[in-house]
Amino acid sequence: MFKFLFDRDTWQEVFDSFSKNKLRSVLTMVGVWWGILLLIGLLGSARGLENAFNRLFGDFATNSVFIWGQSTGIPFKGFQEGRRVQLSLTDTKKVEENIEGIEFVVPRNLRQTSVTRKFQSGNFRVAGDYPLLDMVEKKRLLNGRFINQNDINNKRKVAVISEDIYKQLFEKKEQAVGQYILINNINFKVIGVHKLSNVNMGPPIDMHIPFTTFQQIFNQGDKIGWVMITGKPDYDIVQIEQDSKLLLKNLNNIHPDDKRAFGSANAGKEFGKVTGFLTGMQFLTWFVGIATLIAGVFAIGNILLITVRERTKEIGVRRALGATPFEIKRQIVVEAVFLTLVAGILGIITGGWILILLDHLFGQGDDAAIVNASVSILVVFIALFILVVLGTLIGLIPAFKATSVKPIEALREE
Amino acid sequence: MLEIKNLHKSYPIGDSSLHVLKGINLSVKEGEMVAIMGSSGSGKSTLLNIIGMLDEADSGDYILDELPIKNLTEKKAAVYRNKFLGFIFQSFNLINYKNALENVALPLYYQGMKRKQRQEKALFHLEKVGLADWAHHLPKELSGGQKQRVAIARALAANPKLLLADEPTGALDTATSHEIMAFIQQLNDEGKTILMVTHEEDIASMCKRIVRLKDGVIMEDKPVTQVRASQYV
Ligand SMILES: Nc1ncnc2c1ncn2[C@@H]1O[C@H](COP(=O)(O)OP(=O)(O)OP(=O)(O)O)[C@@H](O)[C@H]1O
Ligand SMILES: [Mg+2]
Repeated sequence: MFKFLFDRDTWQEVFDSFSKNKLRSVLTMVGVWWGILLLIGLLGSARGLENAFNRLFGDFATNSVFIWGQSTGIPFKGFQEGRRVQLSLTDTKKVEENIEGIEFVVPRNLRQTSVTRKFQSGNFRVAGDYPLLDMVEKKRLLNGRFINQNDINNKRKVAVISEDIYKQLFEKKEQAVGQYILINNINFKVIGVHKLSNVNMGPPIDMHIPFTTFQQIFNQGDKIGWVMITGKPDYDIVQIEQDSKLLLKNLNNIHPDDKRAFGSANAGKEFGKVTGFLTGMQFLTWFVGIATLIAGVFAIGNILLITVRERTKEIGVRRALGATPFEIKRQIVVEAVFLTLVAGILGIITGGWILILLDHLFGQGDDAAIVNASVSILVVFIALFILVVLGTLIGLIPAFKATSVKPIEALREE
Repeated sequence: MLEIKNLHKSYPIGDSSLHVLKGINLSVKEGEMVAIMGSSGSGKSTLLNIIGMLDEADSGDYILDELPIKNLTEKKAAVYRNKFLGFIFQSFNLINYKNALENVALPLYYQGMKRKQRQEKALFHLEKVGLADWAHHLPKELSGGQKQRVAIARALAANPKLLLADEPTGALDTATSHEIMAFIQQLNDEGKTILMVTHEEDIASMCKRIVRLKDGVIMEDKPVTQVRASQYV
């Protein structure tokens, strides 16, 4: 059935009628070309933005929530309002045991304290952390390692410092790992230097020490400052946040409706907003691109209709010479599909160039606004498929027009 | 070869209709060369178009080579036209963006013939009309007489049984007309059946039989002694 597609004559005919109406054919193709260009360009850019965004959040478990205690807002069970709420390790254990869908619960203690090395000193934010933190906020270590279970078990006096602190406390190119610093007048060994992530929940941490060590030197007991909770992939982190808070309120004698008692920052919620925006943008892109595409294809149909009307006599002659209506129709449809496809492929190629250009302009470096702006092969194939379908459909109109008149009427046409 | 009985055709004009052919009876044998004459509007072209299956009669019988031609689908009509008929038009009707060779090869294309074979055959027919050297020229580079010769080659390409010509010399000067008629006569000598519409007496006299139409009926139908066109060339 499709043998004619491999026939040189079919294409000779297409080429002939193309070269006969060069300018018009080119003008027609501009519409489709532009539609595809728009589609590829916009989709690629949207993808690039998404990639940039993902890279920004890449070190960070996006389905996570941070919870910390504040002070109560409603009197409850004989307690006055304004009571300080203090989270404890016991609380976190209960949360981990009882709430559905939780992957990790990571407690943290935090304190501003003096840090000294040789003649440099300052007040820095020191956190007592578990190795599990690495699962929530991937640490990009420039040197050394992060806290491990051994450090926790032995309450070792070790610290992982941020790059900024390294620069403040150490000489250029000086090896930090293995050196000692004074935290709260206690000697700590530096075991790692890490780069701060682009995105942080809560305040940036200047140095991490083992949770247990923190407990000991600051005499924390069971108390904790923060808890970070991450949800399993399929679970809604907003729901987990609500459930956890309710449980924590119950454990701490707080009114269930008290909104002030716990503060929280839900990464999943924020992340969802941005991904929602990006999805919206992609949707818009498809909409705009396809609308333009359809308009372009209609333009092709329109031009073909005019061409067919102009070629009425020629078509009459062909029919007098023995062309069947089917052969005439087929030829016109092939022309329509060919024009749309060529225009579409040119659109894809130029769209690709634009993405390359965007990559050169905005896609370089670590904090690029657009990362790897591209469209998938699947999208390209979908676009081509849509073009073939639309081209065929739109070609059918002039095709039927061409064979709707009797050959004699076509021949009589001037 | 061709048998027409009581053929009627009318065209609707507004609410009324114009009765153009009012019972035509015509029989043409193989090898004949018939001129159809008559005043303007007498229905000559209408008759020829019906014979050529480009148009359909309202009533009456038309049998071509023992095939009754009635209620044909467009597809069948196309196949019959391709197989049985060759058309020569007054205004040549060459396809202007195709060169002479491609124009001649066109009926063969619709016959489904392979490209190479088609071009050989087309060239053969172009040679026959003396235009082999012009094979790769576009119609606009040819004179009227040359164009009509290309059209004749095209009509012959598919080796039809019946050649239909509507005023083939109507757009040509006398000398060129005679040249074309000499060709057509030669084709008839070789056995082709030819039907042509003309309103020039001297062209008609170059046929072997003259059919005169008047008011939609055949007024006169008689054989003539053929004047050879070659004597004028
Ligand atoms: N499609 C049509 N619709 C309406 N009337 C038509 C149509 N075709 C032809 N006629 C009319 O039918 C009549 C016969 O037309 P036809 O073309 O057969 O004449 P003709 O003998 O070939 O004339 P001429 O010598 O001028 O070519 C004319 O009056 C013409 O106006
Ligand atoms: Mg006429």
